[in-house]
Amino acid sequence: MTFNLYFGPFHPALKEPINFTFEVEGEQIVNVKPALGYNHRGLEKLLETKTWLQSGFVAEHICGICSGSHNGCCYQGVERVFGIEPPKRGLYIRTLVWELERIHSHLLWLGVMLHEAGFDTLFMYTWRDRELTLDLFEEMSGRRVVYSMNTVGGVRRDVTDSFLQKLKKYCDYLEERTKFYKKLVLEDSTILARFQNVGVLSKNDAISLSAVGPVARASGAKRDVRYEEPYAVYDESPYQIVLGEEGDALAKTIVRIDEMKVSLDILRWIADNIPSGDYRIKFSPMTKAPENEAISRIEAPRGELFYYFKSEGGTTPSRVKVRTPTFANVLPVVKMLEGQYIADIPVIVASIDPCIACCERITIIDKGKEGVKMITADQLRSYAKKWYEEKYKVERGRK
Amino acid sequence: MFCSLKCWSLKRSLWAFHVNTGGCNGCDIEILDAFTPRYDVERFGIRLVGTPRHADVLVVTGPVNSKTAQRLLTVYDQTPDPKFVVAVGTCAATGGIFKGAYNIVGGVDNLVPVHAYVIGCPARPESIIDAIAALIGKIEKGDVKI
Repeated sequence: MTFNLYFGPFHPALKEPINFTFEVEGEQIVNVKPALGYNHRGLEKLLETKTWLQSGFVAEHICGICSGSHNGCCYQGVERVFGIEPPKRGLYIRTLVWELERIHSHLLWLGVMLHEAGFDTLFMYTWRDRELTLDLFEEMSGRRVVYSMNTVGGVRRDVTDSFLQKLKKYCDYLEERTKFYKKLVLEDSTILARFQNVGVLSKNDAISLSAVGPVARASGAKRDVRYEEPYAVYDESPYQIVLGEEGDALAKTIVRIDEMKVSLDILRWIADNIPSGDYRIKFSPMTKAPENEAISRIEAPRGELFYYFKSEGGTTPSRVKVRTPTFANVLPVVKMLEGQYIADIPVIVASIDPCIACCERITIIDKGKEGVKMITADQLRSYAKKWYEEKYKVERGRK
Repeated sequence: MFCSLKCWSLKRSLWAFHVNTGGCNGCDIEILDAFTPRYDVERFGIRLVGTPRHADVLVVTGPVNSKTAQRLLTVYDQTPDPKFVVAVGTCAATGGIFKGAYNIVGGVDNLVPVHAYVIGCPARPESIIDAIAALIGKIEKGDVKI
């Protein structure tokens, strides 16, 4: 007999609402049905009513965590519609924003992932380190989370030399911290027990289900826009693709920690090699676009971000299409969950770095008894802890 | 006398449940930030709980969209009295940048009564703490109906 287990849509942590229905048999998941749309705001339609210059300010509110990526990707598309090439210094600052954002996002994710596994101390550690990144953003743009740094034809603010010096110091500090986190994840037996061989996605599945970002790279698939089609200044930068092999939750963690190191290298390189000169070119707000269409792809912290613009010669776009990385990763997460245990749901769902999805309100419906049982994420977490304790007790007894 | 006992018991232990009604995550991570080492609102007795049934305060972020409107009302009904609503961010107050989109109902106060607004896009952790402190002040003075 199978049960239906409802997952979501509301939760107290940080992510947007999503709803999963799990068909479970005993402890194992047989089937998963995701339901999206709790966060639908009609943004593509809203973007059609905004002028080319306004569009980026709306686009960065698609997601507050990767706001710099949305903002930059949107304006990169607008520039391609107009045929504008931003000055070199502007592109360097843009890359700086993107890489700094990747570090902030991965630190945030690492904390949440360890929190889901019941390791709250490390959650506090990573979020303390993340504050330093937000301080840099605040100094650079005046805002901590949604920074509006990009504009059509460059960036809105210049960076100072003293800021670049600070950036270098920050890189040195964070390099040590990433080493510490990697050592901890690889050596702590509790983390290994919770992450190893959990939520495995094979390389073939990753490719056939179009997984993107660190989820695909942890399975060994070479999916990275910075690698496939270098944009901005990535072709000159010391960028290296980071690949995993196993495709489990541990590989996804290691890939993200290693990516932070690559980002730190790129940041140091930018601090040393940033050219002087203009950081933006003038763009009048009411400029009419030529009849044209353009696509823009960048590698956001969670994977490939895609924007499509169609212009019919007005001051506003006539069609905008956005494809975000989490949406591409919903099908792979369904595949990862099949055949796994209920206790592993929080870790597997968190392992794709969902911009949606968290596990707050869970309803267990027992079809046979027609009874409804509600459990919260906290209860699920403590249930998972107990379940693992029991499991290891039995195994130890056998030995 | 009973009322003053309730006020006294609420002052130091406001438990909050966070509802995202369709926001961009900006305010949501700033709320979570307020619970991490630099701001640490747990020293005031405020903590996030996993279900509205344990909560005194509903912290609502994001503009209300047509799919979450009914669910917000359900969560509000599930919260036991006395309950307070704090709208965090410009979107939760007015609809913000999303105003005019076809799926947006508007600010949170269209659906449920709001006791404190935090303006900002996204609201800073300091201003969120300030709003909660203002709410506690209101409870102390007896400005809000319990």
